[in-house]
Amino acid sequence: MSGVSSTIRPERGMATGALARLGQVAVLPVGVALRLLDPPMRWMQRMIGARRMAYVFLLPNFVFFGLFVFLPIGINVVFSVTGGTALFPSQRPYVGGDQFAYLFDCGSYLDPSSCREDHFWRGVANTAKFVVFQVTAMVLLSLVTALVLNMKIRGRGFFRAVYFFPVLLSPVVVALIWKWILQRDGLLNAAITTLGGQKILFFVDPGWAMFWAVFVSVWAHMGFYTLILLAGLQAIPADLYEAAEMDATPRWRVLLRITLPLLWPNMIVVIVLALIKGAQTFDEVFVLTGGGPGTATLMVVQYIYETAFSSQVQNFGLAAAASVVLGVVLFVLTLLQFAAARRKEV
Amino acid sequence: MRAATPVIASFTLSLLAATAFGGPAAAETTTLRMTWYSDGNEGEVMADLLKRFHEQNKDIEIVLDQVPFKAINETLPVQLASGQGPDMARVVDMGGLSRFALDMRPFLKDPGYWETNFGPFLEWMRPAGDTKSIPGFMTQLTVTGPFVNKTLFEQAGVAMPGEKSTWEDWAKAAKQVADKVQAPFPLALDRSGHRFYALAVSQGTQVFGANGEPDVVDGGFKRAAQLVYDWHKSGVMSKELWGSVSGTAYRGANDEFKNAQVVMYLSGSWQISQFAKTVGDAFDWVAVPNPCGLGGCSSMPGGAGLVAFKTTQHPKEVARVMDYLASEPVLAEFYSRSLFVPGHLGLAKKGLDYPTASPEAAAALKVFTASAAQISPIAYRIQGYSNSRIVLNAVISRLGQAVSGETTLEDAYKRITADVAQQIAERNKK
Amino acid sequence: MATMRLSSMLGQRRNGPGRPLHWTDIAAYVYLALGVVLMFGPVLWLVLSSFKTQSALLEFPPSLLPFAQVEVTVSGQPQKLPLFRAKLPDGTVRELAQVRRIGLIAQMVDPADPSQQFRVAIDKREPVRRVALATENYSEPLQRFAFLRFLYNSVFVTVIATLITLLINSMAAYGLAVYQFPGKQAATLAVIGTLMIPVTIILVPVYLVVTELGLTNSLWAVILPGAATPTGVFLLRQYMLTLPKDLIEAARMDKASEWQIYWRIVMPLTLPALAVLAIFSIMWRWNEFLWPLAVLTKTEVYTLQIALNAFQGELQTQWHYLLAMTVVTLIPVALVFVFLQRFITTGIGSTGMK
Repeated sequence: MSGVSSTIRPERGMATGALARLGQVAVLPVGVALRLLDPPMRWMQRMIGARRMAYVFLLPNFVFFGLFVFLPIGINVVFSVTGGTALFPSQRPYVGGDQFAYLFDCGSYLDPSSCREDHFWRGVANTAKFVVFQVTAMVLLSLVTALVLNMKIRGRGFFRAVYFFPVLLSPVVVALIWKWILQRDGLLNAAITTLGGQKILFFVDPGWAMFWAVFVSVWAHMGFYTLILLAGLQAIPADLYEAAEMDATPRWRVLLRITLPLLWPNMIVVIVLALIKGAQTFDEVFVLTGGGPGTATLMVVQYIYETAFSSQVQNFGLAAAASVVLGVVLFVLTLLQFAAARRKEV
Repeated sequence: MRAATPVIASFTLSLLAATAFGGPAAAETTTLRMTWYSDGNEGEVMADLLKRFHEQNKDIEIVLDQVPFKAINETLPVQLASGQGPDMARVVDMGGLSRFALDMRPFLKDPGYWETNFGPFLEWMRPAGDTKSIPGFMTQLTVTGPFVNKTLFEQAGVAMPGEKSTWEDWAKAAKQVADKVQAPFPLALDRSGHRFYALAVSQGTQVFGANGEPDVVDGGFKRAAQLVYDWHKSGVMSKELWGSVSGTAYRGANDEFKNAQVVMYLSGSWQISQFAKTVGDAFDWVAVPNPCGLGGCSSMPGGAGLVAFKTTQHPKEVARVMDYLASEPVLAEFYSRSLFVPGHLGLAKKGLDYPTASPEAAAALKVFTASAAQISPIAYRIQGYSNSRIVLNAVISRLGQAVSGETTLEDAYKRITADVAQQIAERNKK
Repeated sequence: MATMRLSSMLGQRRNGPGRPLHWTDIAAYVYLALGVVLMFGPVLWLVLSSFKTQSALLEFPPSLLPFAQVEVTVSGQPQKLPLFRAKLPDGTVRELAQVRRIGLIAQMVDPADPSQQFRVAIDKREPVRRVALATENYSEPLQRFAFLRFLYNSVFVTVIATLITLLINSMAAYGLAVYQFPGKQAATLAVIGTLMIPVTIILVPVYLVVTELGLTNSLWAVILPGAATPTGVFLLRQYMLTLPKDLIEAARMDKASEWQIYWRIVMPLTLPALAVLAIFSIMWRWNEFLWPLAVLTKTEVYTLQIALNAFQGELQTQWHYLLAMTVVTLIPVALVFVFLQRFITTGIGSTGMK
């Protein structure tokens, strides 16, 4: 292991010596194991050929995926066509498409209250609304922040870290902190009353509740997207800017003509990732608003979780059916991302 | 390479330590697991009692696994269904978990003692149709009832309504007081189906139809729902409890009450110990008898039971632990140190001393113990009904939507009926 | 003058000495200053609140610093008495200790001269308070349970899970980035498809799988299910795609085995991306709550997150403990942040998420 860093020095500029050492210490036990694995791997390579070693490399990861993602998805599909409250699939009576029929039993799909399972549809509508606002705000704010952080300003490293900090907090902690600030007697209402205003009950008003759900979620995740955009900004060749400066091009023009077009691929990554993660939102909003008032911030994933766990009749079948529907919708988003990613590779 | 050695060593050590977790405990002692959640200090008291039990019975060791309540409600049922549950657990949804409960009769020293002292509560723990089994005992009997901030009444110069006053009387008085002293919560009712039923029963709801099946939305129910709805409209109740969170989520006003923002707070006996501790000398608070309506003045009973499970490998040992914990002196100590209303008929009759309680707390416990004796049969029946949580959850979820302005009361009534029917049907699918 | 100097100082790096600030520079600094308040402020507020007593937590308006009422010993009184600033009928204001309160009237004494008794209306007095840290919010719960055991469990889960994740994710990423093979498209699609599935919606089936494997109540039940992360594979693959191909070809010429190329050449070059994944994995594992709650039921295998949340009862949440314990779980996060923030920003900056 000690030979690694001396014989092959990391060539990428960002990989400082300290980072390399740190990585080494963390991965050291694994490194020893890796060396021990060499003889069997050589043997394997002789048996199946170098090209098929790809399968060997993929195997462990896919065993885990298989056991803990694909198999469970399969079990979920089985759940979705069975009923009752039994836990083991073999003990559950087959009900065909009943769960789906129940879920889709609506007078009009545009009006959740006309549906038999109105909570599911309210969840769908809320999630859609949440995603639209959240992704818009997320993209705009992280773009502005990335642009600012890319300027030649003092303390740049510090400021970058500041915006990244909330990414490290768990969703529960994030929600708890903000709930504590936004409650009736919280910090924000104290500020409002000091300025002569009236206390606002943020979680009683559907509009405010949705606003804060979006706000808190943007607060928590913005740093991650900002860094992706920052990476894109740094990849833009400096001579383009120098040329613009020579021509005394106004800053806004530089932004519109050079920066934004060249940043577009990163923007797509940010939009698609934010879209997928947004649609999966659950714990932070759940802890913050509890899905209320009424059902104004009830998200699809919360609906699925509550149907499976919180109700006295743990309705795994209906929850699974809803999760299959969600999975299909998200899969469409996947293909979207895949298409976008492929276009970039060309 | 030299630098690597200590790292590898510690890595290997930690692996060894990890495998050691799975290793068997000392051969002769039986280890039992008890899953427990706490609202206050009862976890510490139970830990004390279990330690004492172990000193007297060296062959049995009980590990107390303290969990968040969320685990009791949401993951324990899944664990039990998969055969991975504990030997005993403190649970609230006793009816729902009754299919996993162990009938301890063959192992108990004196089943008669249990029958005599826990009789009415044992029904809550039994599966439908079973009238004999003994699965556990009540760690606490809870009784719903109102707490009043007496100091606010005095400051406003309004007289407190007396015994047998109606809900409307109290609401009016509380609103008067709140207006004078500018308290944001004249009347607060926990956002909980169970607490709503304290109001509904006193408004005369019958809950069950002639065929014994639930017929939730009847005249009494509608009267109660209308009251809650109107109180939110007129500002007697703040939307912050019922009109904020969604679904079945619980919201209490205990923090607001401690902060002297609530004039009258309908909650229950479990609040006593923390009020005594936190309110201190800030204001005078009293528990008052349940307000009345067309259906009488009953409150709702409830509580949590310590239940043994069928999946245990050691039913005999479990029964020995349960016999010990349920014995009169031990249970008396448990109730009195946790400031709980006794769920043991003998102790309830004798009356329990609460030496650690402050004068306010002792007075409140007395009021609640008295109203426990006046609970109507309907209230008992709802609590003991094995699908009770289906009803309570549907009610709170739908009324919450109506209060927040999302739906009308009429819609809520229809949805409640439909929700209850659908979930009971799902449960009966075999 | 002063503003001139400040602006020239701030503008220095960009425009050279003495050039005036462009308005966008000023806007940028305002934006960043706001950012510091908005990003750090809430966490700071949590930390301050966690040192307040149970009753101080409920106060409105909340005080910035944790205060507690001063208590004094008065001769002739068995217990310490709370100190108030009372406005007497004659208009004077004095610091008095309260003996007891009856209804709306408080009975008070002068601590210096206990023989002097006063009757004061309760709205005519204010508590005298001093900054005091309610450290019992921390010490009481920490003493009550086997904190070190839970800490050990959490650290064990975090470290082992992160190592496994780094290993198998980098292997898979290597396979996908370096080779051409039948089924590559499908494998890539499967990885990205996995990204779509939040754990919450497959919780019950995963629980069944873990039970069938006999893993419940073992730390491996927490470690293994999340070990293969789609995010990790995606991140590392994107990074490896940017590595020069001829490096690998050259190694093959030198008769290096595929496995050697992976761990001696590609892995070291991927360190920045591995560091990022390590940081994320540490955060995910350390903060995990819902899943451990489902599979761990025995105290000896609890992680910190479960143990600390035992303060959430059915009917009440003990806020003072909950806030304090939240701060405790934040400490490692803060440490990671302080020590690794440089690597976070440079690492993600160069993962080539493009």
